[in-house]
Amino acid sequence: MDDMLGYYLDLALRSLKRTPILTGLMVLAIGLGIGASMTMLTVLHVMTDDPMPGRSAQLYTPHLDPLPLKSNSAAFGHDASDHLTWPDAMALLKAHRAQRQAVMAAGYLLVRPAAADLRSFYVNGRYTTADFFTMFGVPFEHGSSWSAADDAASAHVVVLADSLARKLFGSTDAVGKMVRMGENDLRVIGVTTNWQPSPLFYADSRTKRYSDRDLFFLPLSTAVDLNLGTDGNVDSWGKMPNGDMRSATTTWLQFWVQLDTPTQAAAYKQFLIDYSAQQKLLGRFQRPATNAKLYSLMGWLVHENLVPGDVRLQMWLALGFLLVCMVNVMALLLAKFLRRSGEISVRRALGARRRDIFVQFGIESVVIGVAGGVLGVLIAELGLWSVRHRPDDYAHIARMDASMLLATLALAVFASMMASLLPAWRACRVAPALQLKTL
Amino acid sequence: MQIRPILSTLHKHKLTATLLILQVAFTCAIVCNVVFMVANRINRISVPTGIAENELSVIHSTGIGRDENAQARHEVDLAVLRAIPGVTSAAAVSYSLPLSKSDSSYGACPDQESRQRMLQQQSLKGSGCVQPSVYDGTPGLLGTLGLRLAAGRDFRAEDYVVGFKNKPAVAIITRALAQHLYPGKQALSQTMYFDDKAVRVVGIVDTLLRPRLRTPGVDGDSIIWPQLPDGSGVDYVLRSTPRDRHAVLAAARTALLKASPDRLIDPQQTQTYTEIRAAYFQRDTTMIGLLIASALGLLFVTALGIAGLANFWVQQRTRSIGIRRAIGATRGDILHYFQIENFLIVTAGIVLGVLLAVLLNLLLMTHYELPRLPLWYLPIGALVLWALGQLSVLSPALRAAQVPPVVATRSV
Repeated sequence: MDDMLGYYLDLALRSLKRTPILTGLMVLAIGLGIGASMTMLTVLHVMTDDPMPGRSAQLYTPHLDPLPLKSNSAAFGHDASDHLTWPDAMALLKAHRAQRQAVMAAGYLLVRPAAADLRSFYVNGRYTTADFFTMFGVPFEHGSSWSAADDAASAHVVVLADSLARKLFGSTDAVGKMVRMGENDLRVIGVTTNWQPSPLFYADSRTKRYSDRDLFFLPLSTAVDLNLGTDGNVDSWGKMPNGDMRSATTTWLQFWVQLDTPTQAAAYKQFLIDYSAQQKLLGRFQRPATNAKLYSLMGWLVHENLVPGDVRLQMWLALGFLLVCMVNVMALLLAKFLRRSGEISVRRALGARRRDIFVQFGIESVVIGVAGGVLGVLIAELGLWSVRHRPDDYAHIARMDASMLLATLALAVFASMMASLLPAWRACRVAPALQLKTL
Repeated sequence: MQIRPILSTLHKHKLTATLLILQVAFTCAIVCNVVFMVANRINRISVPTGIAENELSVIHSTGIGRDENAQARHEVDLAVLRAIPGVTSAAAVSYSLPLSKSDSSYGACPDQESRQRMLQQQSLKGSGCVQPSVYDGTPGLLGTLGLRLAAGRDFRAEDYVVGFKNKPAVAIITRALAQHLYPGKQALSQTMYFDDKAVRVVGIVDTLLRPRLRTPGVDGDSIIWPQLPDGSGVDYVLRSTPRDRHAVLAAARTALLKASPDRLIDPQQTQTYTEIRAAYFQRDTTMIGLLIASALGLLFVTALGIAGLANFWVQQRTRSIGIRRAIGATRGDILHYFQIENFLIVTAGIVLGVLLAVLLNLLLMTHYELPRLPLWYLPIGALVLWALGQLSVLSPALRAAQVPPVVATRSV
């Protein structure tokens, strides 16, 4: 059998060499179709990637619906119940029903460096609670995070990301130093390594989730105490709370929990429904208690619909292009195979089975597929290079990894095999007697 | 030229012909919709803002000093900016300009009855109230932006209030908003209601686009009111000749930092208005490029497919062409044979393609808010594909016409 495969490969190469222009056309068609499709599939792949491999299955975000029955949701431009109010977030935190739980909100603070040669600048960061670091597995370079006691005491401490620490303090250890953020002096207690989940799943829709990262972390209680203000979405209804972030009618906080088993997740969901029912009895909530939801991490990303419509449209366009290219290759292969009816008939008359003819032509199309795949990888690399030069938030992550490279080649071979199925089937059904007569 | 022999030949190559028909059909369907999408995007990105776009530049300044009086700061800064050579006028706004993306909008009602209706049904729909975008700014904003009053007057010094917590008593509105609020009526001097605050219309400008587009019908619903920017961040709008814009921006940065070093000036928020507009439509321009490239790619691949197949058929039929020539067919007959064959295949493809184009459009309408495909796109698409088919078949057909009759006497 191995001999025959080698023989067929030889036959295929000879046949392709006899018609270089036609072969070139087919390789070009497969290459263009595959290149365009893989460019867009790679963009989609990196955009919908798991931001926390190994941890994502245990991470969930709870959602409550504290909005009044009649609410003009169009006024917010997004779902105001995507976030929690301060009283609800604190209640869930104190209930401590999950392995770990953390509340968080986006911060944007002016840093005033002590060094005279550095101008003040704004940085993005996160106000959160102690479990954030253990739950998300944030790696530390120096020092450590704060404790629940620091949360309770609104301690004036801050954890810096490596790049910010280096910008402010050079190569010396930043732990123990003071940094002026906004109008307050905070003590650095830890420095994280460069840590950037992509997408930044725990941030809200105002964030550029594929390019923003948190450069500082400080206790949420401290931020609320010092009235630092949030950089995220803040939605209020009913009486204007006038900046009171502890208001029961203002949503602005994100909440994440770690639940190790599906049973724990189911129990937590029930806890959310019970909590909502209790709040409804108290008259705080108006909507059905069953509106409470518990999203898994990947489920939350789907709910947030991170991939813009344009990117999806581009993907469908590329796949449509691939379809036309495949039909094109199919027609060319069919014409090519049928032209060799004489050759087929001779081989059949000499004892080759239909299966042998089918395999022979199958191999010829695999050769075209591999060549088209290689061309497709080059075109896709070119396509991704052009995507990376767009000013979009996701542009910089549009890179092909090993799995996408293999997928490209596999798709090319698969496409050309699919395109050759019909022509090869038709070719192996040529009636030998009819053809031999005309020779 | 009879069509029957062509049809019977095509019947023998049923499968191949069907594939070619399918390819033409898919190409027709996709290209018609792609061209329609390009036309829509071009329409979207060429929307007029109503302001003197090529003469404007914007520089953003964030004050970081403590307890600064924002209005005093702005006045000093504006005086410094107006002194820059090349600057003909300058004004400050808190953040909104057309297409700057930062939008603040309020529900506006034409009268008290409409407002009651809106409150009752808790929705703007059908109440007569609309939601215009609101622009604030310092005196002289209209002139700096290059807006001309179609009716009424500009603001007077006593009209101005400070900061977003105080609502002014007068406003200038766009003609589009005037028609939406007071259809068929004179809008000037009417009183609008923002919540319970009465605001009188003192002027009307032709066009002023929103900071963030919604739907084309309401994109021109804007108002300007005499509210002075308050707070640490402010956008300074500078007017100069188009040629001077970059020099003016560089000078403005230096001048502002000299006037007060206690501020941040982000280079990314120091740009000409042309750049602001380009940034707003960047995704659309990328999309237009990609759509055009894919349409050309499709036509290219289809042309190659038609030419490749015709080439093949000519080679395959060399002997029968020779026989036909030997029994009296002229070169023109052979040429026309292949041209008509191609015409038949492409026509069949177009018939199917037109159907697919309409179906694809219906699919896109449900998923991408695309309007209905105007029917006149279809005959134009058909013409393009016919022309493409004839062009791609020309060279193989000419080759076929060159086959000498003597071929008939040779064996294969």
